[in-house]
Amino acid sequence: MTPLMLVADDFKAPGPSIFDFPPLYDGAPYWLTKPVLMAIFGAIVVCALAWSAFANPKLVPRGMQNVGEMGYQFVRDQVARPFLGKDAERWMPLLLSLFFLILLWNFFGVVPLIQIPVASHIAFPIVFAITIYVIKIYLGIKHQGLGGYFKNMMFPPGLPKPIYVLLAPIEFLSNLIIAPFTHAVRLFANMFAGHLILAFFSMVGFWFLFEKLTPLGAGLGVVGVIMTVAMTGFEMFIQFLQAFLFTMLAAMYIGNSLHADH
Amino acid sequence: MSVLAEVSGNLGAVGYGLAAIGPGIGVGIIFGQGVQAIARQPEAYGLIRQNMLLGFVLTEALALIGLVAPFIY
Repeated sequence: MTPLMLVADDFKAPGPSIFDFPPLYDGAPYWLTKPVLMAIFGAIVVCALAWSAFANPKLVPRGMQNVGEMGYQFVRDQVARPFLGKDAERWMPLLLSLFFLILLWNFFGVVPLIQIPVASHIAFPIVFAITIYVIKIYLGIKHQGLGGYFKNMMFPPGLPKPIYVLLAPIEFLSNLIIAPFTHAVRLFANMFAGHLILAFFSMVGFWFLFEKLTPLGAGLGVVGVIMTVAMTGFEMFIQFLQAFLFTMLAAMYIGNSLHADH
Repeated sequence: MSVLAEVSGNLGAVGYGLAAIGPGIGVGIIFGQGVQAIARQPEAYGLIRQNMLLGFVLTEALALIGLVAPFIY
C-alpha cells in the first residue's frame, strides 16, 4: 500500500446521488424538490429583470435598460442574425428568453446556497429541445411543404446520384433523431459533469483539511481547494458557452426550416 | 483455459474513455484549424468562429452518445 492510499483510505467520492433531492418539506408532492423550486425562481428572476429593463424604455438608456440592451444586442448579433437573417427580429423574443433562462439556470450551479445547475436534471433540457423540435418541424412543413421539407432535408441538390443512397438515411437520422437528442443531452451532460467535478474537488478539500487532517493528506486537501476555485471559474465559462450554444442551435434549426437552401 | 487479460471495475467508464478518443481528436483539429484560419484572415473572425462552433457541436455529439450509453445499458 502506498502512503497516499493509506491517507485516502475511507474517502468516498461523490456520485450521481448528489443530484437526488428529497421533497422540500414533509407532505410535499414528490416532484416539489429544490431543482424545481430553483427552476421557477429562475424564471421569475428572468421575468423581473426583463420587466425592469424593458417595461419603461427611454431613448437614452440608463441603469437596467443598459444591461438589458447589451444582452439583447449580444443575442441578436451573435445568435439571431447569422442564422435567421432578416427574420431575426421576429424570433428574438423566443431566443432572448431561452438564452437568459438557460444562462441563469446554469449560473445557479456556482451561486452559494443554491448550488444546483437546474439543467443537470435532464427533464429541463428535454422540454426545451422538444419545444424547438416541434417548432422546427412545424415551420419546415409550413414553409417548404410536407414533401419539400423532407426532399430538401434528405436530398440536397447538386450531388452525384449514387451518393444519395448513403446520404438520405444519414441526413434523415441526423436531422430527426440525433439532432434533438444531442441538443438536450449536450446541455444536460455539461452541467451534470461540471457539477460533479466541483463536488468532487470540494469534497477532497473538505475531507483532507477538516474531516481527516493528516500531515500527508493536508497537501492533497490544499490541491483540492485550489482546484475547486479554478474549476468554478472554468465552470462559469462553460455555463455561459452552453447557454450560447443551445440558443445558437435553436436559431440554426429554425433558420434551416425557414429557408431551404442554405 | 486460463484468463490472460481481464478488465474489471466500471465498464461504463472504460466505454466513455474509448468514446472520447475520436471526438477529442476531432475537436482539437477543429479549433486548431479555426485558430489558424483566424490568424490568416482576422477580418473573417465572425464567420470562422460561427462555423468553428458549429463543427465543434457536431463532433461533440459522438462523445455525448458515449456518455449516455452506460446509463441506458
